[in-house]
Amino acid sequence: MKILVPVKRVVDYNVNIRVKADGSGVDLANVKMSMNPFDEIAVEEALRLREAGVATEVVAVSIGPKESQETVRTALAMGADRGIVLEADGIIEPLAVAKLLKAIVAEEAPGLVILGKQAIDDDSNQTGQMLAALLGWPQGTFASKLVLGDGGIEVTREVDGGLQTVRLALPAIITADLRLNEPRYASLPNIMKAKKKPIDLRSASQYGVDLTPRLTVLKTAEPPVRPAGRRLASVAELVDRLKTEAGVL
Amino acid sequence: MTTLLLAAHDGASIKDATLKALTAALAFGDDIHVLVAGDGVAGAATEAAKLKGVGRVLTAETPALGHGLAEPLAALIVALAPAYSAVLAPSTSTFKNALPRAAALLDVMQISDITAVLAPDTFERPTYAGNALLTVRSADPIRLITVRTASFRATPAEDRAPAPIETVAVPADPGLSTFVGDAFSTADRPELTSARVVVSGGRALGSEEQFKAVLLPLADRLGAAVGASRAAVDAGYAPNDWQVGQTGKAVSPDLYVAVGISGAIQHLAGMKDAKVIVAINKDAEAPIFQVADYGLVGDLFELVPELTKALG
Repeated sequence: MKILVPVKRVVDYNVNIRVKADGSGVDLANVKMSMNPFDEIAVEEALRLREAGVATEVVAVSIGPKESQETVRTALAMGADRGIVLEADGIIEPLAVAKLLKAIVAEEAPGLVILGKQAIDDDSNQTGQMLAALLGWPQGTFASKLVLGDGGIEVTREVDGGLQTVRLALPAIITADLRLNEPRYASLPNIMKAKKKPIDLRSASQYGVDLTPRLTVLKTAEPPVRPAGRRLASVAELVDRLKTEAGVL
Repeated sequence: MTTLLLAAHDGASIKDATLKALTAALAFGDDIHVLVAGDGVAGAATEAAKLKGVGRVLTAETPALGHGLAEPLAALIVALAPAYSAVLAPSTSTFKNALPRAAALLDVMQISDITAVLAPDTFERPTYAGNALLTVRSADPIRLITVRTASFRATPAEDRAPAPIETVAVPADPGLSTFVGDAFSTADRPELTSARVVVSGGRALGSEEQFKAVLLPLADRLGAAVGASRAAVDAGYAPNDWQVGQTGKAVSPDLYVAVGISGAIQHLAGMKDAKVIVAINKDAEAPIFQVADYGLVGDLFELVPELTKALG
């Protein structure tokens, strides 16, 4: 079984982003970019399934600017077998990403697609669900555990109030939550090896998918800043202020 | 023009998240229908019929809907949506799972986690863990929207003549998924996302035992829900569904007490809508103090029990 893992190039987890003064967007000049952390977890899970003998090949695919090759290269350094980049500039919304991924699925015929549950830049949490819909496949979102069995997969999902386990027919879509695994670091030899692994660079426009955004961003703003609070000297003072000043006790 | 509100409920009654999403739905100014989908929903439907602005309640019942499975729930939403100009749902795990599936089947771009309704086609939503607020306008004929409940006040039920309740046809289950089981933490505490007070712990608690021993008495005293930072959850001190933050839950209690939490931006994304924030941390430079209304610098193992005692 082949596993397809879509990976997104995003602003690194540790970067404090800055909104441009004219409200036109987020300043991405000279900002460190990395693979979306949830996608790293998705790559790791696919590699573990290959190492367990369940999967035979792991293919990483990214959609975005040509620098997305670096993100795919990271997946290859972790251990993915080969990569595909669909080059596209500007904002590509989850719906358009799902349509492009559907085309890749048609070419590659994977038994599983494992995605991150959300990208930490747009925080949409949609692409996996949308891909499942367009393919007519079942979806196991927010997964914290996968067990592959005969013709199906059991997915333990993180839901409000606890965990839910569902059984899905294959092929299926999985989206990874934080506790699915701890992704490995790429070792230096594997980083060197990854440089020789193939990445197929294509234009996203060749798939006939309308990439025009459905949502127009009218403005990007900084969130309101909470006024600075005060340090208190004692527990007694805290209780007093919560009662009298804040009125929350 | 009618708005369809998807209700979060437990069968017997409507959840607080629904009352908050209702506030967003009311901002459209249109008649509202409420869909109560599940398995045994009579009590919840009766409550929904008395909500402000609701002209009709739709019920749909099957075992699969009772488990909130995405495939049949999305199929139901797709069948109903064309009669509406907007479909809103609270950002619960059930609707975060099912609504994007319905959106793709309708060829609509969902608007996730809105924090304000500026016009029937224009919304505000957070990105980058809440560090950039976007104003977006939708060009789709039907707007599919999840509502960040921490950003809206609940609209309480009214003393009114109930709206009619009708049963809708449920599309055939595509049969792609089956429910196996669930493991819900049985707690006699308020729900994290609707609690008036939240006591939250971080990695500084040091162990699961200490997390419980230090925080639970304070939470009991305050009648609070208990939350945790991602670091505390990853370390195994607290269960997953207690996580507050960008990728966990967003909360907006009257009082949020952050204990031993440094205050990474991903955590702040989930709690900075709280009315009053108290931080207890031994590191005076911890970023949590930048958003806290009241800060105590010191050893949490001394300060928290002292606070619990002082509240007694």
